[in-house]
Amino acid sequence: MRLTAILRIALHALRINKMRSALTMLGIVIGVAAVIIMIAIGNGASAKVEDQVRSLGSNIILILSGSALSGGAKGGSGSQPTIFEEDATALSKEASLIQAAAPTLRGSGQVIFGNANWSTTFYGTTPDYLEVREWNVIEGRAFEAFEVQGAAKVALIGQTVAKNLFGDTSPLDQIIRIRKTPLTVIGVLDRKGQSMMGQDQDDIVLMPISTARNRVLGATQARSKSVGSIMVKVRPNEDMAAAEAELRTLLRQRHRLQPEQDDDFFVRNLSEILEAQEAASKVMAMLLAAVASVSLLVGGIGIMNIMLVSVTERTREIGLRMAVGAKRQDILAQFLIEAVTLSLIGGLIGILLGIGGAFLVGALAEWPTRLSSMAIVLAIGFSATVGVFFGFYPAKKASQLLPIEALRYE
Amino acid sequence: MLIQTVNLTKAYSLGHQVVHALQGVSLNIAAGEFVAVMGPSGSGKSTFMNLLGCLDRPTAGDYRLGHEEVSQLSSDELAAVRNRKIGFVFQHFNLLARTSALDNVALPLLYSPLPPQEHAERARRCLAQVGLADRFNHHPTQLSGGQQQRVAIARALVNDPILVLADEPTGALDSQTSVDIMNLLQSLNRKGMTIVLVTHEHDVAAFASRIVTFRDGRVIEDSLNTPNDHGNMPPQIMKPFVLSMIFVRRPKGVGKKQGSQYLPFGSCLEAIL
Ligand SMILES: Nc1ncnc2c1ncn2[C@@H]1O[C@H](COP(=O)(O)OP(=O)(O)OP(=O)(O)O)[C@@H](O)[C@H]1O
Ligand SMILES: [Mg+2]
Repeated sequence: MRLTAILRIALHALRINKMRSALTMLGIVIGVAAVIIMIAIGNGASAKVEDQVRSLGSNIILILSGSALSGGAKGGSGSQPTIFEEDATALSKEASLIQAAAPTLRGSGQVIFGNANWSTTFYGTTPDYLEVREWNVIEGRAFEAFEVQGAAKVALIGQTVAKNLFGDTSPLDQIIRIRKTPLTVIGVLDRKGQSMMGQDQDDIVLMPISTARNRVLGATQARSKSVGSIMVKVRPNEDMAAAEAELRTLLRQRHRLQPEQDDDFFVRNLSEILEAQEAASKVMAMLLAAVASVSLLVGGIGIMNIMLVSVTERTREIGLRMAVGAKRQDILAQFLIEAVTLSLIGGLIGILLGIGGAFLVGALAEWPTRLSSMAIVLAIGFSATVGVFFGFYPAKKASQLLPIEALRYE
Repeated sequence: MLIQTVNLTKAYSLGHQVVHALQGVSLNIAAGEFVAVMGPSGSGKSTFMNLLGCLDRPTAGDYRLGHEEVSQLSSDELAAVRNRKIGFVFQHFNLLARTSALDNVALPLLYSPLPPQEHAERARRCLAQVGLADRFNHHPTQLSGGQQQRVAIARALVNDPILVLADEPTGALDSQTSVDIMNLLQSLNRKGMTIVLVTHEHDVAAFASRIVTFRDGRVIEDSLNTPNDHGNMPPQIMKPFVLSMIFVRRPKGVGKKQGSQYLPFGSCLEAIL
């Protein structure tokens, strides 16, 4: 018996019971669609993380003051500052694997221009910061080393700040105020977009670190040249681990730490953090896909159930087919192909729904989604397997009927 | 001989009880015969037909169909024999629902080695042969009982069988339609087809050239019959039949189904006597 003939019989049988066939497929449809959407979300998340690694620079190491993480609040009472501007200078000068190191002091507050005000985060840093973050000034200029030395009252602003304070007019040479300190805007930063934490990276004001320390943050930190963190850029194509080791050795030397003493600073490798995050989001997506595939299993059981009903219902038909010459394997093939057709059609509809659903999720929830052809191939394979697996038992049962008993079945 | 059965026996075991449905039937049927199998309910007629049709295997005994000993074939070999050599006509037609007459007739071809391009043509020819050339696309529900049985007969013929088996083919039809169907079977027989049919009705059996009577799983009578056209029985044959029906069968309580079908004969009793 030919495959096309069996296929025709299967399609005919499915068409006769349209509603039932549709409902039976539903489990597979939902399962396949859910798996595809989940995998698309998972892939989208890791693709986004990869983008961020690229935008942040994968070769960045962050050094945090020992006080930054211990004792909770930053700069809180009793916490000793442990890293200093000189550490940053030493790192960029003495460490061979390090291209640049930018010390930063962080603060937040209202930026005021005329009647407009905007709450933002500001960083006091050095010109190295822009190099480390691979960030360009698209209007005006960056501040220079002499302005850091002289605590010049200048600032660079991010796109979000520019938009909220100045709208369409040019911010250059305008005076903004942060914590009552007037600063002249000398440049506008390029757009960076969201960070991996979902923060707006363009909501930022940069100023010379001395300006931040002495003029904006006030005298409390003026005694020493302590900083909150140092952002380090490793030279291209150098090993991150080696750079981290070099930096650690250098800092321990500078801080005169004995071998038995712990580091008094923290080192964070940004790409590691991102990778951990990517792994986490992948695990999450896999988990969801696993849950979704339970629906495939349930769909498969639904197919088996309906096929069993169908075999019972069509016992006389089976008897007739046997009477007119159908062999056991013909009957087996007929019901198996019917089950596989059912699950494959369900799978195809599921794939279409999944693709549509992934686009919808991308558009409505603004989650990044990325369809994977691998997932689609897998879904087809899986639904065919479900059909064969759950269709086999009913088909076997049908093929083992005795022609005479099947014919006589009431 | 087309059909040779030797001591054909069939026993069903139901738990501890054994039902001896056939107790050694030896019967020869030549090619071209038209045999009617008769006998009371439960006498083993259907059991015998199922064995002839290779739908079931005998408990003991031999069955030769054509030149082939079929009683020991595997189930797949039996399927092939049914497909190529035997055409079945059932009491309740057994057509596939929601399937056109043409596809119903072509069904046995699906399981034959015939190339698919020829299926429709063959089915069309057989439907035309039973007088349904204008009903190719009708579904069973759109056909009368007689037409449905014609479709079933066309299906039985589609693979050019050497034998047509019909277990009570008129059992679900009214008497006029029965006559039409019997005329059709008779004309097939006259073209050379060997036909074995089971019936409870003597006016149906009257179309056959030979009548075999079963009782308790044995053949108790085997006689030639002069078939008459159009089911009009001459009174001298009719009379003993009618008498036997009235005076022998009915008091034994043969069953309501047959009872109602005897009624027309009862009503013409007066005219004959
Ligand atoms: N599958 C079966 N299992 C058990 N007993 C059976 C089976 N089929 C038939 N029999 C028994 O075998 C005997 C013969 O049955 P069969 O169907 O051949 O009778 P029949 O002559 O065709 O009767 P009817 O005229 O009512 O159709 C009956 O006693 C019946 O009960
Ligand atoms: Mg019977």
